[in-house]
Amino acid sequence: MRGLWHLAWLELKVFLREPMGAFGTLAVPALVFFGANLAGTSIAPQRFAGSEFARTGLPVLAATFMTITAVLSLMTIIAIYREGGILKRLRATPLRPLTILMAHVLVKLALTAVTLVVLALAGRRFVALPEGVSMVSFGAALLYATACLLSLGFLLASFVPTARFAQPLGALVLYPMVGVSGLFVPVEAFPPMLQRIAQVLPFTHAVSLMQGIWLGQPWTTHLGDVAALFATAVVCSALASRVFRWE
Amino acid sequence: MSEPTSRRAVIKVDGLRKTYGSLVAVANASFEVLKGEIFGLVGPNGAGKTTTMECVEGVRRADGGTIAVLDLDPLRDAAQLQPRIGVQLQQSHLQKRITVREAMHLWAALYDRPAADGDRLLAQLGLAEKRDAWFMTLSGGQQQRLFIALALVNEPDVVFLDELTTGLDPQARRAIWDLVRGIRERGKTVFLTTHLMEEAERLCDRVAIMDSGRVIDVDTPARLVSRHCPDRLVVVATDAADAAIRFGSIPGVSRVNLVDGRYEIEGQNDDLTTAVIQCVSAHGMRVSDFRAVTPTLEDVFLALTGHSIRD
Ligand SMILES: Nc1ncnc2c1ncn2[C@@H]1O[C@H](COP(=O)(O)OP(=O)(O)OP(=O)(O)O)[C@@H](O)[C@H]1O
Ligand SMILES: [Mg+2]
Repeated sequence: MRGLWHLAWLELKVFLREPMGAFGTLAVPALVFFGANLAGTSIAPQRFAGSEFARTGLPVLAATFMTITAVLSLMTIIAIYREGGILKRLRATPLRPLTILMAHVLVKLALTAVTLVVLALAGRRFVALPEGVSMVSFGAALLYATACLLSLGFLLASFVPTARFAQPLGALVLYPMVGVSGLFVPVEAFPPMLQRIAQVLPFTHAVSLMQGIWLGQPWTTHLGDVAALFATAVVCSALASRVFRWE
Repeated sequence: MSEPTSRRAVIKVDGLRKTYGSLVAVANASFEVLKGEIFGLVGPNGAGKTTTMECVEGVRRADGGTIAVLDLDPLRDAAQLQPRIGVQLQQSHLQKRITVREAMHLWAALYDRPAADGDRLLAQLGLAEKRDAWFMTLSGGQQQRLFIALALVNEPDVVFLDELTTGLDPQARRAIWDLVRGIRERGKTVFLTTHLMEEAERLCDRVAIMDSGRVIDVDTPARLVSRHCPDRLVVVATDAADAAIRFGSIPGVSRVNLVDGRYEIEGQNDDLTTAVIQCVSAHGMRVSDFRAVTPTLEDVFLALTGHSIRD
């Protein structure tokens, strides 16, 4: 893992120098969060503020979008680096593929953490933190889930032929997963077959973990989700370092 | 130049083969690069130079043959080999918004060994004023020079330079030649490719001539020339009587033509020029023009392949 911190720090700086870099990361989850709030409160202020969705759905929805944004942007960056020959140049150095992955994971986690803090500060007026829930605990759940799912993005990035395909391919894989993750409809409401599929998809466990922590459940209730996400990270990283293409 | 056979081979390539689908990029390449020499792989576009070099670097997987660099397998022993080599690829990029200084620092951080003096390298390569410029704002030649600097950051034992002076102006080209000679002075080995025969002739201790995926011959430029282009030509303009007879009796001269008042003296004698000068002075000839035409690697290539390198 030589060069990891150096590379991560550099990648963060390079990312922030991009015109849309910092803005893009912050904007999408913020738009989801404030957009839904604005729509909800302008239609039926009383009903919305007290609704189940405003109290539990919205924060988890915004958090899930942070994860998706991070994964898609990781895929895009790897694809751009491959297409541009940057990965090929790094190949002739002692850098390992996993070090490159880890560096980008660190950058994405840092940006996700910043987004969360900004949303938490700005969103205090709209959404009250439920009784007995700590923002730190929720943040930890978000970052853990994101870290594990980024390995999935890295694996997918190995199959993206060009940078142009990164976003569509990522969306094609991620959005159906999110659709059946229990974010919109509880998994228990699905037919048995779909439930079983949902159970093996990592996003289901990410959503379950974040929802649970937001609702004040202890981490011990979600050890299964934690383990499933960890397994995702291990399997995807192992596969990715085998099928990783430098060019 | 010391006798090559007495030195150790740091790169051994035997029967290298690489195909892309049905296209045979390298059919059969065998050669050795000796410690402390500047070795050039020369040939026209598409000859297979880059493919060969990238297989040796471990950036590409060969389909056949064996490769050893510093007695290591470039792919299997990559972890041991990579710290000891420096690579400049023919085509590559860095992050658009990384600065020259940041790239140098990152590269230095990737290696265990003490890094080269980055500032000196940049100054030598004429990049000192560009230290804080983003990669995307560098000109093509400046990017090229940065990649050469990166290849040298870890003080490698073997340096690979693929088309090292492509896109550089004559001044930068000369500076890089000096830099490469400096690398050799420090006992390191340089393996480079070029399609400029002049560059190969002036810079390389030995060259391998490559065409259509094959290495046709390997030797010092001088020996390649005398082996494949033994014909020498000396042109002398003189009004001396019986010059034709005198030139014709020089040992090794095969033909003397009189063209536009100039004698074209052809022969296979490596010392033909000396012999003609001696003849001229021995007979006190008045000479108004004198020119020795020596074949170059360009001519060697033509003789070996039947086509010119630019075709
Ligand atoms: N990735 C690739 N996929 C398919 N064909 C390739 C690939 N890389 C090279 N080739 C082909 O292999 C042959 C040799 O290419 P190579 O790049 O080794 O030539 P070269 O001698 O370096 O040429 P140049 O002087 O233009 O750099 C060419 O015909 C080229 O089209
Ligand atoms: Mg080439």
